[in-house]
Amino acid sequence: MSAAHAPARRWRPPPLIANPYLRYALLVGAALYLALALGSVEVNWARLSDGWARGLRFVSGFLEPNFSRRWDDIVQGMIESLTMTVTSTVMGIAISVPIGIGAARNVVPRPVYYVCRSIIAVSRSLQEIIVAILLVAMVGFGPFAGFLTLSFATIGFLSKLLAEDIEDIDPAPVEAIRATGAPWPSLIAFGVLPQVAPRLLGLSLYRLDINFRESAVVGIVGAGGIGATLNTAIDRYEFDSAAAILILIIAIVMASEYVSGLIRGRVK
Amino acid sequence: MPVTALPEGLRSWQRRTPRGQIAVWFGWLLAVAFTVFCWRVMTQGTIWAFVWDAPTQAADIGARMVPPRWSYFPALLKPLWDTLNIATLGTLAAIVLSVPVAFLAARNTTPSVAFVRPLALFVIVASRSINSIIWALLLVAILGPGVLAGIVAIALRSIGFIGKLLYEAIEEIDEGQVEAIRATGASGAQTLAYGIVPQIMPAFAGISVFRWDINIRESTVLGLVGAGGIGLNLESSLNTLAWPQVTLILMVILATVVVSEWVSAKVRHAII
Repeated sequence: MSAAHAPARRWRPPPLIANPYLRYALLVGAALYLALALGSVEVNWARLSDGWARGLRFVSGFLEPNFSRRWDDIVQGMIESLTMTVTSTVMGIAISVPIGIGAARNVVPRPVYYVCRSIIAVSRSLQEIIVAILLVAMVGFGPFAGFLTLSFATIGFLSKLLAEDIEDIDPAPVEAIRATGAPWPSLIAFGVLPQVAPRLLGLSLYRLDINFRESAVVGIVGAGGIGATLNTAIDRYEFDSAAAILILIIAIVMASEYVSGLIRGRVK
Repeated sequence: MPVTALPEGLRSWQRRTPRGQIAVWFGWLLAVAFTVFCWRVMTQGTIWAFVWDAPTQAADIGARMVPPRWSYFPALLKPLWDTLNIATLGTLAAIVLSVPVAFLAARNTTPSVAFVRPLALFVIVASRSINSIIWALLLVAILGPGVLAGIVAIALRSIGFIGKLLYEAIEEIDEGQVEAIRATGASGAQTLAYGIVPQIMPAFAGISVFRWDINIRESTVLGLVGAGGIGLNLESSLNTLAWPQVTLILMVILATVVVSEWVSAKVRHAII
């Protein structure tokens, strides 16, 4: 029996899931789900071929955006969107700093912690657009409803991340300040906030960005901003105007990402 | 850190110099002034009577919303299945499309830093800047209303998200392992498969599951613009002012979101 008859051994990378039964069960399950899911997607081919021409018009609209036809609406919508973004971010920060401090386990008593955590949970689980629909029904059409929506959404986002940062801080400075006999407000102002300030600034800038993007969405349900203009343009199949608006949104998001990158780089 | 001597021979510590103090105050003043200006511009057209009336309106709607119309639940099962499909198939399509984009955008794997990389980065930014509901609005106009528009909208929005996080993960890999594989005489494709892919696999799986979770959330409202799923029922219930149905739909959406968040947390915990 010579070694030449032994089958050549070939190395294989280890599989992602070690248990073979589980591996094959998952594969079969995934294949079954895919078949069922793809089977339940109804595709109307006639409508698709109709839409093809429109799709091409949209793509060509992107290459030749039309800024002039709806310029006044675009300016009005952009002013609404930008002012809504700024005011709602400021309002959101003002509300979420106290809530974020309250939701940090290490600086507040337990009951306060639970109250603040539940506020965050409520704000995070409701989508912007659903909140916007309800608020438009309550305070009427226009950017004010958008402002309320975005402020509400900002609270859940900022407070949660701020609370997590506060829970991660170095306890030594807090301890040192407590040792001087400082009251609780001084403890927060001199021991906690300086440690999280750069992160808070970064998060606020990031949220400013998100709020601008969201301000384009809430307009679709009547809460003011560039979304309303965009909705009108698409409803009338004016794809070149729609492309112009989308290009403006992308440009503003890119510019704000660049600027916030610069600011964060300087603060760090 | 400036220290000023007080007349009694004591010394007082302050955090900033007087000049720094003024600069900081001036900065705050500008920020406040700018915010107030924005507020004034924004509220120009606001009809305050409606705003002050809001608590009454809220109480009125709240009263109409209870009790939820439980008998409507069976009609929601098919839309719920559609919603799940929009999120899952959309995420799968996005994964397939975003992997090449991520490899083209990562500084260490792109074929050309000067030409291909900016293009890939632009694809990522464009996809990320536009919310999935706006993509859906466009696609409903192009493809017609239905689940397909929703799937494509979710996919288009997710390319940017997955692409961005994945290319950052690729840029952070340990070059030593790639070097080692290359030193064995491996081809480009083999280096990719044995040097780079195993290193980014956990991040990739985590990102995909995370995006799936977000997509479930987003696909529940895509129907508002006609792109299929449970949002269609929400839209029609809102339009007919059927508030008890709205309550039930919102509860179902909330439950779906909570379950998907739980699943995604479990899976990510198992992977990482």
